[in-house]
Amino acid sequence: MAVCAAIIGKDNSPKYFTCLNPDEELGFQYKVLSSLDVIEEKLNSGNKSVSDTRELYLGMLYSLEKHKIYGYVSNTKIKFIIVIDSTNTSLRDNEIRSMFRKLHSIYADNVCNPFYIPDEPITSKSFDKSVKHIISGI
Amino acid sequence: MDDTLFEFLHSEVVNYVVEGNNILNKDNKDEDLSNLEYIGFSVGYKIIERLTREMARFKDELDMMKFVCTDFWSAIYKKQIDNLRTNHQGVYVLQDNGFKFLTKMSNGKQYLELAPRYVAFTCGIIRGSLANLGVNCLVTAEVQNMPACKFHIQVQRT
Repeated sequence: MAVCAAIIGKDNSPKYFTCLNPDEELGFQYKVLSSLDVIEEKLNSGNKSVSDTRELYLGMLYSLEKHKIYGYVSNTKIKFIIVIDSTNTSLRDNEIRSMFRKLHSIYADNVCNPFYIPDEPITSKSFDKSVKHIISGI
Repeated sequence: MDDTLFEFLHSEVVNYVVEGNNILNKDNKDEDLSNLEYIGFSVGYKIIERLTREMARFKDELDMMKFVCTDFWSAIYKKQIDNLRTNHQGVYVLQDNGFKFLTKMSNGKQYLELAPRYVAFTCGIIRGSLANLGVNCLVTAEVQNMPACKFHIQVQRT
């Protein structure tokens, strides 16, 4: 399924990052952070044409040789990014959408945790576990 | 059922904060309700994350205000705001003709001076939810006739 997932805060600071293979983490971070520009572009053009851009799911941001990068931005300007292996063609758009939904839903639960300070990076272990669960698609 | 619990919990929170203040400074006439406001802020900040989860993206600020007046208010107070007014320059006035925390009190002037205690939490909720949506604002409340309450929202532009 997905190889990497990241959550970026309102001010584009990383809140949470995980990937299946820890050795590739740096490369993924680079890819995720460079996709933020694409997100910004998509959000700003959304103001002009209201048509389909009002959905939280932004679709594919861009594709590289080996990976495809998908984005989702919540109403509270939290960015969710998922990286998928290009060789994985069995994954449909709808499945990615539902992955983002689940991710957003556990994020909202985490924000409601009284021990979580808003705008801080997420260190909760149970959160980490559920994200890994979602991206590995079990 | 959860309505009643919410009301009891709220009045206990108010009592807790007010009593805490009384111990600290006995002779101060102006009550310090900033703690109560801050509790509201955290609640608003967290609750909006959940409530907007399935929503389409907001077009603009007015769209957010409409959301606060309808869905948001219904989720918390089981009714909608009765009147929303704006000057389109960052000032919004939300009027609730039967504000939940005030409807249980006498309609006369008797408890009017205690009303600020019961609206501070809500001011915080509004401020917190808008802050999480990316709108920094000042929220004040005005109570003239008992169950009715007006919330003034002033958006801070930088």
